[in-house]
Amino acid sequence: MTAPLLEFKDYSVHFATPEGDVPAVGRLNLSIKPGERLAIVGESGSGKSQTFLGALGLLARNGKTSGEANFEGRNMVGMRAADLDTIRGSAVTMVFQDPMTALNPVLRISRQLTEIVEVHTGATNAEASRQALGMLAKVGIPDPEKRFNVYPHELSGGMRQRVVIAMALLNRPKLLIADEPTTALDVTVQAQILDLFRNLTSELGAALVIITHDMGVVAGIADRVGVMYGGRLVEEAPVDDIFENPQHPYTRALLSSIPRPDRPVSEMQAIPGRPPNLLRLPQGCAFNPRCPARTDLCVTARPELLPMGVGRRSACFNPVGTNVEVAA
Amino acid sequence: MRQPLLKVEHLTTRFSVRSGRLFGKALSLTAVDDVSFTLNAGETLGIVGESGSGKSTLGRSVLRLVEAQAGSVVWQGGDLLRLSDEDMRKARRDMQIIFQDPLASLDPRMTVADIIAEPLQIAEPGLTRAQRLEEVQKIMAAVGLAPEMVNRYPHEFSGGQAQRIGIARAIITKPKLVVCDEPVSALDVSIQAQIIQLLNRLRAELDLALIFISHDLSVVRLVCDRVMVLYLGRVVETGPSAEVFGQPKHPYSQALLSAVPLPDPKLARLRQRVILQGDPPSPINPPSGCVFRTRCVYAKDVCAAERPVLKGGEHEAACHFAGRLAKNGEPEMLNSSANA
Repeated sequence: MTAPLLEFKDYSVHFATPEGDVPAVGRLNLSIKPGERLAIVGESGSGKSQTFLGALGLLARNGKTSGEANFEGRNMVGMRAADLDTIRGSAVTMVFQDPMTALNPVLRISRQLTEIVEVHTGATNAEASRQALGMLAKVGIPDPEKRFNVYPHELSGGMRQRVVIAMALLNRPKLLIADEPTTALDVTVQAQILDLFRNLTSELGAALVIITHDMGVVAGIADRVGVMYGGRLVEEAPVDDIFENPQHPYTRALLSSIPRPDRPVSEMQAIPGRPPNLLRLPQGCAFNPRCPARTDLCVTARPELLPMGVGRRSACFNPVGTNVEVAA
Repeated sequence: MRQPLLKVEHLTTRFSVRSGRLFGKALSLTAVDDVSFTLNAGETLGIVGESGSGKSTLGRSVLRLVEAQAGSVVWQGGDLLRLSDEDMRKARRDMQIIFQDPLASLDPRMTVADIIAEPLQIAEPGLTRAQRLEEVQKIMAAVGLAPEMVNRYPHEFSGGQAQRIGIARAIITKPKLVVCDEPVSALDVSIQAQIIQLLNRLRAELDLALIFISHDLSVVRLVCDRVMVLYLGRVVETGPSAEVFGQPKHPYSQALLSAVPLPDPKLARLRQRVILQGDPPSPINPPSGCVFRTRCVYAKDVCAAERPVLKGGEHEAACHFAGRLAKNGEPEMLNSSANA
């Protein structure tokens, strides 16, 4: 059994707001192994992005993390920024949704690329430029020498996202976190970028966490999937199991609600209601007001995330489609 | 054979854009280039394409929210493009639009009742306040909003509810045509299905014709009778949904469909995909001949020289080699017609 690369233990993220305390992520236990591809799925407000922003010390000012987020055994929660900088930007990197806001509009891309190599490895500018050009070629930027000195606005959305990916991979990270990396892109460009993630992470041996709301993206790229709802991880399983035999009613409902070519509109099952307001989370299981399998227990007690079968866990008192009895 | 509700012919919309330089001369961008189609009462036409393909501009040009430069939009026997502003305003009660961003499309300082009633106020100024309110409450119930919410403001609603308000506003005048411009793209996954089903139900109940603009091919495939694929302002393929999605003829449609991520990991692994290289070219300076040729794996000399026309009857494609490309882009034509 390999040691986890990143391991969350009773990890929480809270935001202090004028309306009250917002529990964005609640008591997360999750580990990511070297080289694996994990998808984190959820709707807006499910906590999927804040989990990883928090671990890297990138929360908004009113945000606070607690518990543990151990990267190779070092807890990043409460770590000083100077120490965090030995991890983030080199061993752990992140790609964001909107490549235009991720890049600095007033700096040439050459400077933005070489800077991170120089800062983290102490390389000379000439050496950093050589590496940056090599990486631009790898991420499929045609004619990298010609484009090395352009500004971000001179590139298309797909090209900008390639530059951001090149930045994220330059220091050969062990873990790349991609937060909705293709949501802002057109579908044909999305296919190119997802291929790039697949090929480059396996070439470099990096683990990939892809945060997304798109089950199609999940199916095409992930080995393992974590489903979040209302700030909690509600199900975790290998990708085939999630799609073929979802145990949590939310996962199942989510899969029934997406349009599929082999299913007429009349058979799409919309999920009634809407995602919970984190300021007023329901008592018990956060999904209970929308859940078809709700029982009295779901309203009074919160189900823990428990092992249910090989390599999978789910947080439900009445898991669907299984014979597994939940320990009372 | 009944008369089509809407007949669009050779519609062309250009924008004037400034070149990057100060005092640079104005350039012309053709957003919609010679587009023709018909729409029958109660029918749903999907318009798909990537950003910059002109799909939103096309929808807005039909309603004259953007003025077209050439062509005609024949609606109930008359050309909308030639109507006076006054006559256009009258015609508009039969044609409405739903926008992508539901919150941005609602005036934050108006109550829900006022927002939904506004089109009715213009279309039927004779109604009393009480009659209008009654209509508003009826429509709110029809779109799944609690009628007692009439006095609330848009910020009190979630995205899905706000889109229901937008839909209520669009159907209150009992239109014959509604243009839906990316109606579910801004919504959470679990809410998208609710709105799609609502639109589907209203369409059947009110015999609405829909122009459904979306970049999400899975949604279009489900809700549309016919579909039109746009690339750089031009129609590259059009036909019944089942045929275009089942057996795309144009290499761009083939690539677009094969790029859609399938929500099934086993199928995703098995699938042969055509991955397009590069990005669409600039619409300011489109390639000669076929606009898709710069990204097309089958492009030949003829593609640069001649602009292909739509042909093929019910299911048309604008490709010199349409029908000679195998279903999933196998290059069977490469041996047979090297220099057609």
